[in-house]
Amino acid sequence: MNKILEASLKGEVLVIKTEGYLNKDLGQDIQDAAQEHIANGINHVLIDLEQSNIVNSIGASIIIELIEQLQETDGTLAFCNLAPIIEKTFKIMGLTKYCSCYSNENDAIEAMS
Amino acid sequence: MEKKPTVELKLPILKNMELVATQTADVVSKHMQLSEEKSDEISMALIEACINAFEHSESKSEVYIHFIIDDDNLMIKVIDKGIGFDASQVKIPKIESKINSDERKRGWGLMLIKELMDSVDFESSDSGTTLTMIKKKDQNDE
Repeated sequence: MNKILEASLKGEVLVIKTEGYLNKDLGQDIQDAAQEHIANGINHVLIDLEQSNIVNSIGASIIIELIEQLQETDGTLAFCNLAPIIEKTFKIMGLTKYCSCYSNENDAIEAMS
Repeated sequence: MEKKPTVELKLPILKNMELVATQTADVVSKHMQLSEEKSDEISMALIEACINAFEHSESKSEVYIHFIIDDDNLMIKVIDKGIGFDASQVKIPKIESKINSDERKRGWGLMLIKELMDSVDFESSDSGTTLTMIKKKDQNDE
């Protein structure tokens, strides 16, 4: 099952945890989950992919739209707990030029706060 | 000439069917004792090849996938009966061009396949496309 497990604020960082295949549908769910908080002034978003070990480029492309949106408010997007193949895919696409990758949620939140 | 062991799949064009192909790829990779890294790269490339076949070929029929096992490599053919395409007309995507512009955010499939596999080739006509990709086996894979 591909879904958002949790979307919650930790300090000023919105943490979105996912489960399953990061495809078009889950990419859109991430985008939708972020919108409500961005409208309320949150501009730091962390996507925790610990439970998602497979991705496709359509799901990743939707993340590019979220990067653009956060850039408009000087915000940041980061990832944590990436499977090696997902990190490699994001590197090939160039996503990692615009997003930091952290090994775990605590490190990410500390760096983003 | 002796026929190489081949696993053949026929996938209907339905949502997320590319994951069926990755499950088969995992089994074949394990049989060949490929490293986990190579196995993951094959799966990722296969996902993108299937999505291209499903979405861009405008094919109304099934997509066929052949896993051809050799001593020193795995060859995968992804075959669709769609309208074909001209690979030379496919732009190399650059994120710098896509961010903060009206350029379409998608279009990464072919680039990812080329980066993740050891060789990639196409035969395309107006009656279909065959994408052939190869992952070599290293001595230290075993």
